[in-house]
Amino acid sequence: MEIKSPTFKNNSAEALKDVNLQKALGKVRTGFIEKRAQAADALPEFEDLRDRARDIKDHVLDHLDLYLERYTEKVEAAGGHVHWAETAEDARNQIMEICRRLNARTVTKGKSMITEEIGLNEFFEQNGVTPVETDLGEYIIQLRGEHPSHIIAPAVHVTKDQVEEDFRRAHTQFDPKRNLDEPTTLLGEARAVLRQKYFDADVGITGANFLIAETGTSIIVTNEGNGDLTQTLPKAHIVVASIEKIVPTLEDVSQILRVLARSATGQDMSVYTTFSTGPKRDDDPDGPGEYHVILLDNGRSSMLGSDYQDMLRCIRCGACMNHCPVYHAVGGHAYGWVYPGPMGAVLTPSLIGVDQSGHLPNASTFCGRCEAVCPMRIPLPKMMRHWREREFERNLNSATARYGLGVWAYFAKRPSLYQFMTGLGMRTLGLLGRTKGRFKGLPLAGGWTKYRDLPAPEGKTFQQQWAERQKAKRKEAA
Amino acid sequence: MSSSPPAGPRVGLFVTCLVDLFRPSVGFAAVKLMEDAGCTVEVPAAQTCCGQPAFNSGDRKDAREIAEQVIRAFEPYDYVVAPSGSCAGMLKRHYPELFQDDPQAHERAENFAGKVHELVSFLTDVLNVTSVDAAFRGSVTYHDSCSGLRELGVKDQPRKLLKTVDGLEIKEMRDPDVCCGFGGTFCVKYPDISNKIVSEKTNTIRETGAGTLLAGDLGCLMNMAGKLKREGSAIEVRHVAEVLAGMTDAPAIGEKGKG
Ligand code: SF4
Repeated sequence: MEIKSPTFKNNSAEALKDVNLQKALGKVRTGFIEKRAQAADALPEFEDLRDRARDIKDHVLDHLDLYLERYTEKVEAAGGHVHWAETAEDARNQIMEICRRLNARTVTKGKSMITEEIGLNEFFEQNGVTPVETDLGEYIIQLRGEHPSHIIAPAVHVTKDQVEEDFRRAHTQFDPKRNLDEPTTLLGEARAVLRQKYFDADVGITGANFLIAETGTSIIVTNEGNGDLTQTLPKAHIVVASIEKIVPTLEDVSQILRVLARSATGQDMSVYTTFSTGPKRDDDPDGPGEYHVILLDNGRSSMLGSDYQDMLRCIRCGACMNHCPVYHAVGGHAYGWVYPGPMGAVLTPSLIGVDQSGHLPNASTFCGRCEAVCPMRIPLPKMMRHWREREFERNLNSATARYGLGVWAYFAKRPSLYQFMTGLGMRTLGLLGRTKGRFKGLPLAGGWTKYRDLPAPEGKTFQQQWAERQKAKRKEAA
Repeated sequence: MSSSPPAGPRVGLFVTCLVDLFRPSVGFAAVKLMEDAGCTVEVPAAQTCCGQPAFNSGDRKDAREIAEQVIRAFEPYDYVVAPSGSCAGMLKRHYPELFQDDPQAHERAENFAGKVHELVSFLTDVLNVTSVDAAFRGSVTYHDSCSGLRELGVKDQPRKLLKTVDGLEIKEMRDPDVCCGFGGTFCVKYPDISNKIVSEKTNTIRETGAGTLLAGDLGCLMNMAGKLKREGSAIEVRHVAEVLAGMTDAPAIGEKGKG
């Protein structure tokens, strides 16, 4: 996928002007938040579960090699194959090899951010394989030639009216005058179109929410059931998952599942939680003939032991972006790569480099709402700050910003000089602003006054007035 | 014989740079509130800013040096109090983090952090103040500034005290806990996004019909006041301490002096 993070500022300016996008983002601002709050409030042990979920993943990350090994053994014992992919390219090639061997023309796909990360759809198209997205949201954006703008609601940036237009354009087999007013009618139409594709597909690809080391099982959670058909009907099921998806036991997974859906959509559980272990066995009524797992690293192992290790606890629930004022303002595409919102602001620099994505960890008010709702208690603002530190160390931020900060810090470290200078400055500003109480424009304050007035200072600084008051008191006492 | 009053706790007021420069009346309101509650308030001269601009810009070295300066200046006091959740959060939560690699300095920062409080929660939670002696005619709406709320748990405390102000009515806004878009240097680095966020905020403020907006952080207040004034709104904006101290004769933030 093309990286557009360097133009974050332009992307967001465009997003702010996009009427449809702004209308669509309204849903995020209200729906998700209320539902999560209700679900969290309704479960007394929710906060304890968050602690437990965090601890489980921390334990895994400290022993990742061990669990990966155990997992691999179990997958192979069940008749599946594990392929280690160090880079996105490795993963694409491994997937392609399987598809070639099976003469695959059509591949159905369940919702998966990892396949976005490795740019699988574009790669398939270049190689004569047709990918069919089966998740409704993914299907919509595939029709539109777009990428997901949210990790659990890929088409959240699209309005219902836009979907209707897309369906009329793409589904020419149906009566052009049909009524598509109801969202359920749209869903029904997508189902009808997709149904045959499940049977046509040679290979089914899904991501994984978890990989269980104890049993060699991959788990996906969905609300549409599309993942089940994707992974059971074709000749082969390929799971594409990153290495940190490992969880030791079924018991551990069931703990984390209790916070996942509640944090994501406010559901107690997603509608479908599907477990797959190996290919079809002789006495199974159905299932894929082959079962493959592509285990992708793509930079994650270098996060282990670094300031960013905690990010690997992420279970992709999307709560952080659902609660983020910056995401609410500009949506997911502005972030310019696969992962948007606060989790993207931390993960993207780890995966594609902070020199390309430096805006992301900077474009945060540090309001802390993401960390407050993250079920895995990932300290997102703190890690964004660590990225700012890396940038500062490497001189990646703008010369003006560095200069300004340098001058300010010089004075901030010299209190008497600071008080002398600010005393003069504020008195002047106070006099200038006295008649109106505020400034509509001021040299060097354009970033502020473009959109808001700058309240004028009262005049003398607190320190000046305090010193005068103390002096007067001393006189009185003498 | 000197008539020294009963000492009470000795509090070092961390004025905060914005209050010092833009709105000293907030500082004096803080002093009054704490003196009324029996504290001896002092203002160490060796203070400028808490260092958050450096810390949040990734400049750890300057942030550390400023932190050392603040810790040194305030170590003699029983308590360190700031009329800002953001600066108090910096002192209390982030100073120890800055010295993580130096056990001795870290311990010193931890001890210091233990004495730090945001003004309103200091009054209620430490000094057990349950009411204030102040009057205010009109309705107010209160915005929860992010750091105070999420780093320090300041939420009910200001509302509890505001309810004891004679004549004051609270009209809650929708989502008072949603960021106003200030974010320190964020608002000038990403002015378009910041503007969008503050515009949503001023919408919810106007919807309440309240005549006055209050909050506990001058940065947020200047942001929201600046936007409200640019929109031509007549809503007055003040720091919560001004109302609690009954010191509302100074013009509101961004308003011209009367007469
Ligand atoms: S960072 Fe936390 S809140 Fe965001 S997607 Fe990951 S687990 Fe969910």
